[in-house]
Amino acid sequence: MSSLAPKADDALTVPPISRRLGRNAAIALAVLVVAALVPQVVTSPSRLNLAVLILMAAQLGVAWNILGGYAGQISLGHAAFFGVGSYTATLLFMNFGISPWIGIPAGGLLAALIGGVVGWSCFKLKGHYFAMATIAIAEIVQIGFNNWEYAGAAVGLSLPMTERGWRVMIFGDKASYYYLALGLLVLSLAVNFAIERSFLGYYFRAIKDEPDAARSVGVGLTIFKQIALFASSFLTAMGGGLYAFKELYIDPPSVLATGLSIKMALSAILGGVGTLFGPVVGAVILTAIEEGSRALLGGSGRGTDLILYALIIIGVAIFYPRGVIGWLLERRDRKARHAAR
Amino acid sequence: MPSTDILLQTLLSGILIGLIYALVAIGLTIIFGVMDVVNFSHGEFLMIGMYSSFWLYALFALDPLLTLPLTAMMLFVFGFLLYRLLIRRITDAPMLSQIFTTFGLMILFRGLAQYFWKPDFRSIQHASVEGTLQIAGIQIGLPQFVAGIGAVVVTVGIHQFITRTRTGAALEATAADRDAARLMGIDSQKMFAIAWGIGAACAGVAGGLLSTFFPIFPEVGANFILIAFVVVNLGGFGSIAGAFWAGIIVGLVEVMGGLLLGPQYKLALVLALFLAVLMWRPQGLLGKA
Repeated sequence: MSSLAPKADDALTVPPISRRLGRNAAIALAVLVVAALVPQVVTSPSRLNLAVLILMAAQLGVAWNILGGYAGQISLGHAAFFGVGSYTATLLFMNFGISPWIGIPAGGLLAALIGGVVGWSCFKLKGHYFAMATIAIAEIVQIGFNNWEYAGAAVGLSLPMTERGWRVMIFGDKASYYYLALGLLVLSLAVNFAIERSFLGYYFRAIKDEPDAARSVGVGLTIFKQIALFASSFLTAMGGGLYAFKELYIDPPSVLATGLSIKMALSAILGGVGTLFGPVVGAVILTAIEEGSRALLGGSGRGTDLILYALIIIGVAIFYPRGVIGWLLERRDRKARHAAR
Repeated sequence: MPSTDILLQTLLSGILIGLIYALVAIGLTIIFGVMDVVNFSHGEFLMIGMYSSFWLYALFALDPLLTLPLTAMMLFVFGFLLYRLLIRRITDAPMLSQIFTTFGLMILFRGLAQYFWKPDFRSIQHASVEGTLQIAGIQIGLPQFVAGIGAVVVTVGIHQFITRTRTGAALEATAADRDAARLMGIDSQKMFAIAWGIGAACAGVAGGLLSTFFPIFPEVGANFILIAFVVVNLGGFGSIAGAFWAGIIVGLVEVMGGLLLGPQYKLALVLALFLAVLMWRPQGLLGKA
């Protein structure tokens, strides 16, 4: 533990916060510039598509992490928000000609509203109970959409390709989707960063680490969990909306399945729960593993990719529960303490 | 309104499937009660039990009813070893690790079943119990009837074991207070392993009972895990008697929902009941507050 080391040593090894912030901002900017240049370099549509998938997975991980990582409320039903976002944007566009620029945020708001009801009813539940309640809610939502004729029921919905361009967010190329996904990821990271830096971040940590102590000093837990859920569900649904306009086809298994909820949580866990960039790192690793194992082992229909996927989940959960970034931080702390000694 | 015959027949089939749900849920509730870990791979224990019956039938022509004790023993050993080799490491881990370890196991077992036993639907064609039973104008499938009775017998057996034997008492003591039990000389690691063994055996036997009339495939556990969660919550986490009655209630809600709303809404209705119980009586019907 770092608290065991004398204060003076900490000051020697850890740069002052302002300098660290400046350095981190410079790194972030550099990464962003590189990310923005990717479509200029990568021309193969399938590779660019892979990049879009990574960005979208990262964005969902970041959104999940706000509730699951920062506020410590493990949701295994985020697919419901994703699905509501994608169906709302799609239905508004198909039936009323409303541009996705309005439809996607509208889906976000609707999901956040549903999140409000979910939070109001479920935030008193602790631990596993909350997780199981979110599974049940997502399952009910999926059954609902499976039987709702207006939303295409089990057949799903196909977006018409009559018009293309930025107004309708339908493109023939992958680069445009890449920039949209990158923009949404940056937005999600910005929201997450703002929360982490504001007074809310402290409350979230208190709720997660010491719920009883937090309550005893007058931190109203529910309202802060509710804020986290609001941001998390809104951003998840935005991701759903973008998914619909990228794929141009949605149905309950593709946008509402429990597996989707797991993936969102898994990106965050793999990279580092409760860290800003953890879900991004996790999404890169997870997508690489998924696509890699599918290319190498999949297609045989014999579940080899499932087995590999499962072994990674179990390995991370048991041996690296703090994820890649958590592991790196731990190592850095150990080294710093070693050097100070 | 459906006719009385149909109604009675539906209710009876609801009770019979409910008894199976109860048995699956009792396994889950024992594991949870003794060591506070929710086992997301519980449905896969049931799947393995089904395949055990299937292969013993397909390879050695042994009847599923005869092989039940063998299935139970195999699953006990499986659960026991799973604890000793893997779950042991997450006994005191954060909840996130626990959830994702058992979740990973769920995917792993499904993947392994697909790999070794193919994703096909399989069934046991000529078991010793076949056909239908007629009681006062009500028709009920004989396999379902036997499975229901079998589930009751095993449930009573488990209950007797927990309440009448020294090991059962030690399990209960560990469930009530791990540390106090340890001070009394009870090896809690052994109790956890036994709980996983019994939990897996319950699900395995339920799978064996189902194997005569339910399709057997790698993802079959998915049909039961959500329902088992509902039953465990409804009955109160850790309560065997609670799980028994809750299983019957869930079975009845399911078939009545199917009859009145249509089969596609069965599960939604059961899950709605689950949420309602979570909201208003989180300790379950028979659980202690």
